[in-house]
Amino acid sequence: MGRYIVKRLLALVAIIVCVAIIIFTIMYFIPGDPALVSLGGSSTLEEREAYRDRLGLNDPYIVQLGNYLYNTFIKFDLGESYITGASVSRGFAQRLPRTLGLGLLCLLINIVLGIPLGITCALHQNSWIDHLISILAMIGVALPGFWLALLMVQLFAQTLGWLPPMGIMGEPYADWQYWVMPVLAGSIGGIANNLRMTRSAVLETIRADFVTTAKAKGLSSFKVTYKHMLPNALIPILSQLGGQFGMVISGTVIIETVFSFPGIGMYMLDGINNLDYPVVRGCVLMLAIFSAAAVLLVDLAYGLIDPRIKAQYVSYGKGGNKKHA
Amino acid sequence: MPEKTLEKDVIVRKKKQSNFSMVWHRLCQDKVAVVGMIIIIILVVVSVFGPLIPSLDPYSMNLAEQFQGPSLKHWFGTDDLGRDIFARIVYGGRYSLALGFIGSLFTAIIGTVLGTIIGYFGGAIDNFFMRVCDVWQAIPGQLLAIVISTTLGAGFFNTILAMSIGGIPMSIRSTRAMCLKEREMEYLEAAQSYNCSKAKIMFKHMLPNIISPAIVGTTMSVGGTIMGAAGLSYIGLGIPSDIPEWGAMISAARSYSLLYPYMMIFPGLMIAIVVLAVNLFGDGLRDAMDPKLKK
Repeated sequence: MGRYIVKRLLALVAIIVCVAIIIFTIMYFIPGDPALVSLGGSSTLEEREAYRDRLGLNDPYIVQLGNYLYNTFIKFDLGESYITGASVSRGFAQRLPRTLGLGLLCLLINIVLGIPLGITCALHQNSWIDHLISILAMIGVALPGFWLALLMVQLFAQTLGWLPPMGIMGEPYADWQYWVMPVLAGSIGGIANNLRMTRSAVLETIRADFVTTAKAKGLSSFKVTYKHMLPNALIPILSQLGGQFGMVISGTVIIETVFSFPGIGMYMLDGINNLDYPVVRGCVLMLAIFSAAAVLLVDLAYGLIDPRIKAQYVSYGKGGNKKHA
Repeated sequence: MPEKTLEKDVIVRKKKQSNFSMVWHRLCQDKVAVVGMIIIIILVVVSVFGPLIPSLDPYSMNLAEQFQGPSLKHWFGTDDLGRDIFARIVYGGRYSLALGFIGSLFTAIIGTVLGTIIGYFGGAIDNFFMRVCDVWQAIPGQLLAIVISTTLGAGFFNTILAMSIGGIPMSIRSTRAMCLKEREMEYLEAAQSYNCSKAKIMFKHMLPNIISPAIVGTTMSVGGTIMGAAGLSYIGLGIPSDIPEWGAMISAARSYSLLYPYMMIFPGLMIAIVVLAVNLFGDGLRDAMDPKLKK
């Protein structure tokens, strides 16, 4: 197990370095001149040239990449924003609690509502409650989150006046009213998705042989459901939570723009609009690290829960397992 | 029980006739899936042929009629430049639907072909591509789409590329996993034994046996692609906002949403309807292709 963790951590580092190279390379080809954006149209050619020289934008690709990797991974410095000159790490850290809070709240609601509702549907398959919830989930999956967010602003802020339409106030975490709509808009799709996944996973186990065996042994239906069926049905669902974290976090980028919620998403999009490469690179890299770490954590936890996977760690440590390769 | 044996026999013989017709038959019995299919067909037909009607001009402006609510003359109202929103939605369907279908298809073709090759050869090739996928998947799909879309700039094909690239590793992985299972089968050994070429073994013998999950997965991903593309257009990347793609329409309507909410309601509703229809159809398709899931 220890060897497996070390191996996965090393792989994580390698992955992150590769991600950094890829992001840098993609961003390198963005058309447009950051100097023109920062200095404005009234600047002279010489001024812009000097600006580019100062930022190292005139260096060849390989030199720029080397500098970037050196700064990021050896000095742990994400650089400074071209526009404001402020440190990207600090800007990121300032906004991180908001985005992370938003993402984790959404994820929590996805799990707490989605999975039990899915189980309910599966256990009462084809009853009216199953049909009702399934139809709602079907619609929930189909609604675009940012559109729902706009409608919510219209209803709750504009018409009813219950909630503030955008932004946040009251540092550092803001009053709860500012969080309600972003969290709702960000979680409806996820709830519906989890519900549908759970429902079909449980329905699959209902027909599994070991459930039939348990019933045949004369166990009470309560025991069959909660001790034999659900643990087996839910394990594959839990394994997807790590991936969901990444999806939720990147989904918040768009939700944040709807509510002008000053998190990582807004920071990044401002960076994109201003050709502020260090900001965009830093944000994407850090979010990639967060989601990769989430996947790793869930994978490790998964092994602790499921004895079948735990057994595979041993063989993975010896380098012979295809399932993890 | 003699009856039961007989029934089994009949099923086996039917399967020998045609896999496709059997799936089609089962699909047609699923009312919900048929409804989804009909909605998709109607939407495709309307967006392909609708804009040919001269009165449905998505670009004709009439400032005298700006910001009109839904009426008999303008079913979905008019926008800030007095353009008919219904005409724009009909025309925009071309973009949104094409984005969804072509984007998902692109992902599926690349993912399935690569996945089959990787799964068949295994070894070093497999190892290398799996590491590539690890890196590829470490960047959340929507983020990757945003970054690629920024680099490539706005535009139809750029958006398709941005949307599909994030989904490819997932597709490679699932195809590869199927191949690994399939590789041990005897019919492949048989094919090898009569000197079949590798390409023929992969794509003629193995692929048809592993294609159904890929088809279902592709169908289910169409909705996500349409929504993702709309999201890109909404934040100002993707499709430029003067083109009536549905996401871009919502983005353009955003500035007026407080006073004229109908401007953004209809495009969003259309996205929801398409995604719903595609998912209903996809669910039915999955059940039809994998009968053991259904009771």
